Amino acid sequence: MATTTRSLATTEAPWIRYTLTTLALALITLLLIVPLLSVFYEALHQGWQLYQDSLLESDALAAIKLTLIVAAISLPLNLVFGVAAAWAIAKFDFKGKSILITLIDLPFAVSPVVAGLIYVLLFGAHGWWGPWLAEHDIKIIFAVPGIVLATVFVTFPFVARELIPLMEAQGSEEEQAALVLGASGWQTFWHVTLPNIKWGLLYGVILANARAMGEFGAVSVVSGHIRGMTNTIPLHVEILYNEYNFVGAFACASILALLALATLAIKSYIEWRTEQQAAEDRKHATEE
Amino acid sequence: MKFKQHSVLPGFNLSLGYSMLYLSLIVLLPLAALISKSLGLSWAQFWATVSEPRVVATYQVTFGASLLAALINLFVGLLIAWVLVRYPFPGKRFIDALVDLPFALPTAVAGIALATLYAPNGLLGEPLEKLGIKIAFTPAGIVLALTFITLPFVVRTVQPVLEDMERELEEAASSLGATRWQIFSQVILPTIFPALLTGFTLAFARAIGEFGSVIFIAGNMPFKSEITPLMIISKLEQYDYLGATAIAVVMLLVSFALLLLINGLQWWMAKRLGRRK
Repeated sequence: MATTTRSLATTEAPWIRYTLTTLALALITLLLIVPLLSVFYEALHQGWQLYQDSLLESDALAAIKLTLIVAAISLPLNLVFGVAAAWAIAKFDFKGKSILITLIDLPFAVSPVVAGLIYVLLFGAHGWWGPWLAEHDIKIIFAVPGIVLATVFVTFPFVARELIPLMEAQGSEEEQAALVLGASGWQTFWHVTLPNIKWGLLYGVILANARAMGEFGAVSVVSGHIRGMTNTIPLHVEILYNEYNFVGAFACASILALLALATLAIKSYIEWRTEQQAAEDRKHATEE
Repeated sequence: MKFKQHSVLPGFNLSLGYSMLYLSLIVLLPLAALISKSLGLSWAQFWATVSEPRVVATYQVTFGASLLAALINLFVGLLIAWVLVRYPFPGKRFIDALVDLPFALPTAVAGIALATLYAPNGLLGEPLEKLGIKIAFTPAGIVLALTFITLPFVVRTVQPVLEDMERELEEAASSLGATRWQIFSQVILPTIFPALLTGFTLAFARAIGEFGSVIFIAGNMPFKSEITPLMIISKLEQYDYLGATAIAVVMLLVSFALLLLINGLQWWMAKRLGRRK
């Protein structure tokens, strides 16, 4: 490797290298690995049976089900938006593009609690449309639609953010070629654009999914915390924890921790694939 | 100039129209509702709510802890990015992937894990307590939680810049007689400075709004360890919608200011790095 043959001019004395590496690894262990492992330790240290019972308890199952439902609704919505926004932004030049990009990033800048509050102000009992909704017996706040809306808000930018730079870098020559050869707009999109962006798309969806299933602040404001009804897994964790049911809380938390680990694994795999692909492309380019 | 440059590709009206509609419904309209609700308050009422002593104390806690956490991560993040880019060690890929854990791990999970670890009877809290250090249920706990949550920002902004840095610059400095420390402080540091600053600001902005990881470890004592987002929740629980809105508007303005600052920093960074190439 190049790093081992490098002269002292561009690297440090061995003792500095070892000290810095050890310090960095110690900090990562203390700050990241120990808290992560403690989740599994707290969940399992009173035995597998109790762990299993905590997860199979009806309120926990209801929370898991609700979390899956919320993710299953909010992800496709943001996926379609992300693709549409990236298509408009990356493939065309128009006025106000940079403002649009900033607006898409806005939900990341807003505190999750404020994200929940804005929907309460729209749909809550004292909100803009609260009285109308009450008249027609439609419940949004303290019900599933509110949780979905808050989740859609906090995961809003993920897919668009991943696709915009990717599609900008790819340009639109391939699409133009397909159109010249007589493909329709949709055919071009399905057979040319989509295969080119599928890994970036998956990357954005994976990150959005982790956030959707794990969101706490925004969802906590709109949920109403009704056990077995409007509690997602993170909210159920909070309730159990505050009732001093630590094994139960950490058992549910361990599912989310596993989800986080799976997310990181898939994310690294996609990054590794993209690197391989880029290296291959460079090789082809130099051969030509 | 026309609104849109000519293109042979189809779907502009559909994709832009749909994006604008969706953006307006999900993001802009609800934010407008917040602003409009706050206009229901007179200036005096608004000011009285947001300058209540208990609320002001939460600004101090939130800003202070966020600033401290971002500062800690300025150093920790630089160290981790440096080691990941420059030094070989076994398991590097794994560690590199793990740095993003705070982005993937739900905040509530991080919150209860840290609170349990650092509680007076916890695995790390107990030995620390014997040394006279209290972390859980004090402002130090808030700093710890925010440090965890914002750890990846500086690493991920500095890492690519360090990777792209040309070794020739360092070799040239060295052949001109610079020591390694001089090279670091006068060649490397100025190159990565915009990235460091961007990472710091991103971490700070995220920490200001953070809720889930903090409330479990903070103890939430009025005037001591209450954060501003918690104030919004507690006003809402008392059905004080206007009070919650007023505080939310303050937070929103701070977020907008930080967003503008971050955009400016990224523009500056792109310009500086572009000029070097």
